[in-house]
Amino acid sequence: MTHPFGFTYGGKTHYFAFDSESGSLHNVDYVTFLCIKSRLGMPFEGAEAEDFAALDQNEKYEINVELDQLVAEGVLDSPCTVAQKKKRTGEIKALCLHICHDCNLRCRYCFADEGTYRTADKAHMPVEVGLRAVDFLIANSGKRKNLEIDFFGGEPLMNMQTVKAVVEYARSLEASTGKTFSFTMTTNCVLLGEENRKWLNENMYNVVLSIDGRRDIHNAVRKTPNGNDAFDLILNNALEFRKIRGDKSYYVRGTFTAKNLDFCNDVLYLNDCGFDQISMEPVVTDIPDLQIKKEHLPRIFEEYERLAREYIARRKTKDKWFNFFHFMYDLEGGPCVVKRLTGCGSGCEYLAVTPRGDIYPCHQFAERKPYKMGNVLEGTGFDLSVSEIFAGNIVTNKPDCTDCPAKYYCSGGCVANNLNFAGDMNKPYDISCAMMKKRFELSLAIAAIEAAGE
Amino acid sequence: MKHINSIAINGMKKSGNIGCGECQSSCQSACKTSCTVGNQSCKNRDEKVNTVKKPLL
Repeated sequence: MTHPFGFTYGGKTHYFAFDSESGSLHNVDYVTFLCIKSRLGMPFEGAEAEDFAALDQNEKYEINVELDQLVAEGVLDSPCTVAQKKKRTGEIKALCLHICHDCNLRCRYCFADEGTYRTADKAHMPVEVGLRAVDFLIANSGKRKNLEIDFFGGEPLMNMQTVKAVVEYARSLEASTGKTFSFTMTTNCVLLGEENRKWLNENMYNVVLSIDGRRDIHNAVRKTPNGNDAFDLILNNALEFRKIRGDKSYYVRGTFTAKNLDFCNDVLYLNDCGFDQISMEPVVTDIPDLQIKKEHLPRIFEEYERLAREYIARRKTKDKWFNFFHFMYDLEGGPCVVKRLTGCGSGCEYLAVTPRGDIYPCHQFAERKPYKMGNVLEGTGFDLSVSEIFAGNIVTNKPDCTDCPAKYYCSGGCVANNLNFAGDMNKPYDISCAMMKKRFELSLAIAAIEAAGE
Repeated sequence: MKHINSIAINGMKKSGNIGCGECQSSCQSACKTSCTVGNQSCKNRDEKVNTVKKPLL
């Protein structure tokens, strides 16, 4: 499937054609862009119809010869040649440990209902549950050597006793089991004091620091339980962590809502503060004043375009160079085809464990009882029938994704969001989908413009 | 070619059909509410796609 698109940068519109099945990106001139649209039967916009009609017949012929050559080489209009009916089940490589269903912030948009996952007791994971989760992961990891444990919540820094015990225990088993553990944590930074910073820096492969950007934007939704402003504490802790982190992995991760559709300013604010690994995710919520709606999309697309232009400009500098999580794609490599088809692996290779030891397909499904797969305190077995529900969640099984240029980069979207907002885990949530496509287009344009040294 | 400059060719074929399952789970990076796998790295090829560091300028 060929996807033609344009992006304006440096006072000029650049045109591209992306062939999703081969993973080929072509920079084309305007007239070729028009010819591609014509060949695909796509509607012209603005003056395009007039410009196409005015094209010299010899030039049209010349362009079509070039396009036909690319088709013959299998890098344009290429057919789908990948196929996989279902995911492998019964082998796990990653666990999300819900270290506590409690939090020291009350973020309005939290999918986990302020960290509690709709539970009443705000449970903290006992050390014993954490250790048995490690046993469970090892026992079900098959031949996989690289295993992952993510410390999540609620706020995981509220239960460091279990976090430290899990790391120590897992490390102690590496030599005897031949497994290697990578640990990650997502934290709101409230308790990221000097001692925790030092420990996380030494023990975590990746740390995700949650800050939404500018003070007023952050404070509007990420409140303390008593409504106080914790922004200075959070930002200072995150910056101190950044200072000691060096070249090791971290992300500062924000969420934008309908209240800050100018979210580019928040990304740039975080960069101005000194962060160079930044993610900004659209909120996923049905809270009316925060929810991203269809009518917001044109404004959001403009903002992503503005971010892309700023991104290219800043990456040319020494002081403001940064990575944006959703603009980073390796067009010459990246994940294998199987990964692109199967996505996040929720319910199959990626599971979540609650403070009581209950096993769920992923953190988004935690405490949704129909999806409970077992309990790590009851042994190392789990209910494979739940995995089977998720095993067919493959992008080529999703009809809505067939003609999407981004399908091998998002695998058809988050399973939980699809289920929550589109009513079917195999039907993409249209709002997330539209934003993903826009980010993907911009990523391709950025890659081309940077490669050209513009 | 006069009208076309190919920036990247056959990325899907180059990424291969490995499926070893040793790469990082996308939700362990920075997602948690979206599903972006295209910016993940292949462990076998020692790629660093989603952890690219500041270049020396």
